[in-house]
Amino acid sequence: MKLIIKNGRVIDPANGLDGLHDVLIDKGKIAAVAKPGGLSGEESGAKILEADGKVVAPGFVDMHVHFREPGYEYKETIQSGCESAAAGGFTTVAVMPNTDPINDNRSVTELIQNVAQAKGAVNVLVIGAITTGLKGTKLAEMTDMREAGAIAFSDDGKPVMDSEMMRRAFEYSRLFDVPLIQHSEILELTSGGCMNEGAVSTELGLKGMPTEAEDIMVYRDIALLERTGGRLHVAHISSAGAVDLVRMAKAKGLPVTCEAAPHHFTLTDEAVRGFDTNAKMSPPLRALKDVHAIKEGLKDSTIDIIATDHAPHDVVGKEVEFDKACFGIIGLETALPLTLRLVDDKTITLRQAVEKLTSRPAEIFNLDCGSLSVGANADAVIFDPEAEYVFDMSHIKSKSKNSPFLGWKMKGKILHTLVRGKTVFKAEI
Amino acid sequence: MPSTLLNSQEMNRAISRIAHEILEKNHGTENLVLVGIRTRGVYLAERLRDKIAAIESTTLEMGLLDITLYRDDVGQAAQKPILKKTEIPFSLSDKKIVLCDDVLFTGRTIRAAIDGIMDFGRPACVQLAVIIDRGHRELPIRPDFVGKNIPTSRDMMVKVKFKEVDGEDKVVVHEGAS
Amino acid sequence: MSLKGKDILGMRDLTEEEIVDILDSADSFKEISEREIKKVPALRGRTIINLFLEPSTRTRTSFEIAGKRLSADVINISGSGSSLAKGETLMDTARNLEAMRPDILVLRHSGPGAPHMIAKLLKSSVINAGDGAHEHPSQALLDLLTIRQNKKELKGLKVAIVGDISHSRVARSNILAMNTLGMKVTVVGPPTMIPVEIEKLGVSVEYNLERAIRDVDVILMLRIQLERQESLLFSSLREYSNLYGLTSEKLKKAPSDVLIIHPGPVNRGVEISPDVMDGPHSLILDQVTNGVAVRMALMYLLLGANLETNN
Repeated sequence: MKLIIKNGRVIDPANGLDGLHDVLIDKGKIAAVAKPGGLSGEESGAKILEADGKVVAPGFVDMHVHFREPGYEYKETIQSGCESAAAGGFTTVAVMPNTDPINDNRSVTELIQNVAQAKGAVNVLVIGAITTGLKGTKLAEMTDMREAGAIAFSDDGKPVMDSEMMRRAFEYSRLFDVPLIQHSEILELTSGGCMNEGAVSTELGLKGMPTEAEDIMVYRDIALLERTGGRLHVAHISSAGAVDLVRMAKAKGLPVTCEAAPHHFTLTDEAVRGFDTNAKMSPPLRALKDVHAIKEGLKDSTIDIIATDHAPHDVVGKEVEFDKACFGIIGLETALPLTLRLVDDKTITLRQAVEKLTSRPAEIFNLDCGSLSVGANADAVIFDPEAEYVFDMSHIKSKSKNSPFLGWKMKGKILHTLVRGKTVFKAEI
Repeated sequence: MPSTLLNSQEMNRAISRIAHEILEKNHGTENLVLVGIRTRGVYLAERLRDKIAAIESTTLEMGLLDITLYRDDVGQAAQKPILKKTEIPFSLSDKKIVLCDDVLFTGRTIRAAIDGIMDFGRPACVQLAVIIDRGHRELPIRPDFVGKNIPTSRDMMVKVKFKEVDGEDKVVVHEGAS
Repeated sequence: MSLKGKDILGMRDLTEEEIVDILDSADSFKEISEREIKKVPALRGRTIINLFLEPSTRTRTSFEIAGKRLSADVINISGSGSSLAKGETLMDTARNLEAMRPDILVLRHSGPGAPHMIAKLLKSSVINAGDGAHEHPSQALLDLLTIRQNKKELKGLKVAIVGDISHSRVARSNILAMNTLGMKVTVVGPPTMIPVEIEKLGVSVEYNLERAIRDVDVILMLRIQLERQESLLFSSLREYSNLYGLTSEKLKKAPSDVLIIHPGPVNRGVEISPDVMDGPHSLILDQVTNGVAVRMALMYLLLGANLETNN
């Protein structure tokens, strides 16, 4: 079955494309991309999808999500997470290993892949644990997991605190050459903390988490990496200091990359004032100067990619006292409109935005996705960057509803998401 | 337009008469105290104290009672609650109390005031002095001393003005809803 | 007068007019506690639940007495006896209590913002009786009432707040209220106990007690929590007491008409020496008396807020 997406503004950074094109999809692959009308010979027998000048891009790639299966299926399953991803325009997601059991061995890696294969609407990639049980004391069987398909390793949610352990992990990772993803946080400095340390935490009497906790670990990892080799990917960078450190490391030519989450370039710690537990995440919402630094980092490409840190929690985790609430928010379905705010305020161009959501993550993690190259899987998204709507509960496909953006006026709407040529999401109009 | 029921002179005469009646009924000033209900009952009490002092050369003890906390319409009526101090710096036990207020209407204020007084001890008796009795009682309460009885309709508004707060002594009535 | 909100959650939410109105009302309520029959029927038939999930004797008793002197039915629930000890969430406990139709829920809780979350959930009025290190509005109000009874005007007064500012809800509520009222606050303590960017709340910071109290009108001494000895915040109680304990010797540096207040309970001989505590500057017991009047005023204003006085 052939499919032609007609008259779309195709933005495909991997191929340097930005303009009106028609896209031919055949047998789940991109078969041709041509100027409007250039595929008229193919039209007989093909299904036509009229893009009507809206943006057609490679399906988005999110290198940081938590799908909670196995173990916490009441918060999210691989199936519900994939539906949420599809609704957000994501066709590939990478799931973090902090499930129960923890994904620190081949059998859990395979389990997740099998469930994803059977029930997942989008491509699910697996990130394995660096250390056994995320305990930070013993290397997990990373080569085995890599063979089984893991595309990166991380103890996300828990940083690898022991410097010797981290040094050995970097060294060991040279055997399989994929990035180690660090949640950078010196835990001694954040013990009991539940928000950024600053004027707001001082007034609210909530224990703060200083930016230095992030800066110090980012520096430590860069320093270790310089000796050991391997690759470091800094997860959800949130502090101005950490952005500076990554910028310096890149200037030195070190293999360091990083990601920023939409909430960290959209909100500040002022959002905690109402004690909304959906403003609680780790790393926490920071001060305005940090938000400015993140935007600057996105602009000059110090920050390579945008990743959501989609972290579903049910009401039991969130409808509790602020200091007792779980960290994290869902993010897949708000990523595009929040990223487009950066385009609106001229921080980045639309093409850069698409790049940070598609080709750049594919490049860093050596993935077979993120472009509309002929022969590639037909993973694509059609979105209207101008469409406005209010984000409310009815939009949320995720099993959990923990978003601080409920009630926000959003601009930028996913119209259609395709995985291997098949529609996995279509907006109701 | 408000019409005047009592002018300054008439009001003064009425209060003088009440002072005499109080002394007559109580056979003098022994054990007699005055309690004024805030706000305008206090001015009546003060006037009575001064008149009685002039007649008997005894200055009666006087208390001020705020009945806000004894009202039966807490949370129902629409206006601002201004709680003022209650000042009754002496025991009311076994005293003959003359409770003073400006206008007697439904009787609910007086009910609240009697409850308030009882919290300060067990008086020998409580008598009631008002400048105007306008009728429409909702409780079995009657005044002992009245300046003037005035039949009114329910939606009229009767106002007793005192020099101390209103700049003049006068009783006026407004027609219609207030 | 009336309060704009349905709850009393923190001094940050109250305007200058509201604070002054509460203090004026509390002044009037004081008299009731001086009577032989210490009870008025104002809140007859109303129900007040004291939900105290942190240990407290003084504050809980004060709220209880306040409610009872207004003739409300007051029910006390403490942490250990509550269903929270059986695993129920705070929100569910609150919903269940609400289903019994109380008029006011007074909440003491260790988590900052807990009363705010509950207030959003419930139709009943919520009074914050202390939420972690965040706010303790009725304490600030009784402190202000005590100060006002001893100084002509609050505006322009200089106040030193001394002790563990980081962990003190009393400090925060007073700072916010005193700023609103145009008073000038200096916080005093070791740098480990002064939270970051506190200057942004409009206070100045001083590390030397004697220098800090030279020209103040009021010294608010905070209780030092003895268990913090185990923390990293100071070396020893002895050293803390040497530096920040208020003794008659140090007090000589302060103006002769300085007022000393303390939210209690006092560690005699640690943050304040016995002779100072019992001395002429100390208003600690007046604070306790005023606490009842302030809490009566808050309950009355929340529930009786639509009331007329004339005729």
